[in-house]
Amino acid sequence: MKFIALLVCVALGAVLLVATSDLPDWGDPQSPASVHLSRYYIENSMEQTSVPNFVTAVLADYRGYDTMFETAVIFCAGITVLTILRRSHRRKKKDVKPRPSRSDQDIILQSAARLIVPMMQLFALYVLAHGHHSPGGGFQGGAIAGASFILLAISYDLKMVLNQIKERVIMFFSGLGVFIYAGIGIICLFLGGNFLDYSRLSKILPATEVEARSHGMLGIEIGVFITVTFIIISLYADLASGGEMDEGL
Amino acid sequence: MEEFFKIVLAQFNNWAFIVLLMIGMYAMIAKNNLMKKVIGMSIFQSAIILFYVSVSMKKGATIPIVDHGHGHGAVAHAIDAAAYANPLPHVLMLTAIVVGVATLGVALAIIQKVYRVYGTIEEDEILEKIAE
Repeated sequence: MKFIALLVCVALGAVLLVATSDLPDWGDPQSPASVHLSRYYIENSMEQTSVPNFVTAVLADYRGYDTMFETAVIFCAGITVLTILRRSHRRKKKDVKPRPSRSDQDIILQSAARLIVPMMQLFALYVLAHGHHSPGGGFQGGAIAGASFILLAISYDLKMVLNQIKERVIMFFSGLGVFIYAGIGIICLFLGGNFLDYSRLSKILPATEVEARSHGMLGIEIGVFITVTFIIISLYADLASGGEMDEGL
Repeated sequence: MEEFFKIVLAQFNNWAFIVLLMIGMYAMIAKNNLMKKVIGMSIFQSAIILFYVSVSMKKGATIPIVDHGHGHGAVAHAIDAAAYANPLPHVLMLTAIVVGVATLGVALAIIQKVYRVYGTIEEDEILEKIAE
C-alpha cells in the first residue's frame, strides 16, 4: 500500500517537474500573471480608492464578495467545531473521564504573559487600523488578538479566560463581525449602489466618493477583525478542552 | 549533466514547491495516523501558498504598497506597474491561509471526536472497530 502511494507521488511529481520548464522565469515582470489584471489594480487602485496598500484595496473592495464569504467560512468553521465537540453540562458527569487538573502554575510564564498580552492586543488594533497604509488588515490583526487570548489561556488556564469572556459573548461577537460586513454591503444597497459599493457611503459620511471607499474598507476590516478574533478563541477553547470548557491544556 | 543543473537552477523555486507538495501528498495517502494525515495536508497547503507568493514576485519590484501614498493630499503620481509586486496572489493566499486555519480546526475537532468514539486515531484500528 505504501509502495503504491510512493509510486503515485513520484509519478505525479515527475509530471509536474517536467511541466515546470514551461513556466515563465522566476521574477519575470512580463509573466502572464503580472500583466493583465494585476496591472490594472496597481495603476488604478490608488486613484479609485485612495488606499496605498494594493493588497487591502483588492481584498476589501475589488474582491469584497470573496472576502465576505471567507469571513462566513471561518464563522462556519467555528460553529462546526462547536457542534462536533461541545458537550452540554446536563449530561451525567460519570460518563466523562476526569481530566487531570493543572496545579503547576508557573510564575515566570504568568508574569511574562501579563506583560505581553496587553501589548499584543494594542498591536493587533494597530495592525487593523493601519492596514490601509502598511501590511496588515482585519485577518492579520484578528489573528494577533486571538493569539493573545490563547497565550493567556496557556499561561493561566482556560477557565480564567472564559470567566472574563463568556462563551455566549464569544459566539455573539463572532456572528457580529459577519453581520457588520454584510450590513455595510446592505447600507450601500439602500444608498442606491450595488452590494458592497462603498462609494455610495459618501452620502452619509463626510467624505468624497473616493475617500468613502477607503472608509468602507475600514468598516469591513473591523468586521473581519471581530470575527477572526473570537472564532480563534472559540476554536482554541473547544479543541483544548475537548468541548468541556474546563481548565483546558 | 550541466544542462540538467541549468534547468533545475532556472526553476529551483518550483522544484522545491513540487517536492513539498509530494511530501504532503504522500503523508496524506500513506500515513496511518490521522494526525499525520492532517500534518501532510498542512504541508500540501503550504507548498501551494509558497508557489502563489513566488508567482507574485517580480525582479526589482518592491512590496505592493504605493510609495509616499500616506496622508492627505498624497499626489496620485503615475504608477509604474513593474515597480510593485503583483498584489493579486497575495490577496488570494491571504484568504487561503484563513481557510487553512478553518479546515485545520475542523479536522482537529473531527479527530478528537473519532478518538472519543473509537479510542484510537490509527486508521486500521478504526476500520477494525467499525467492522466489528
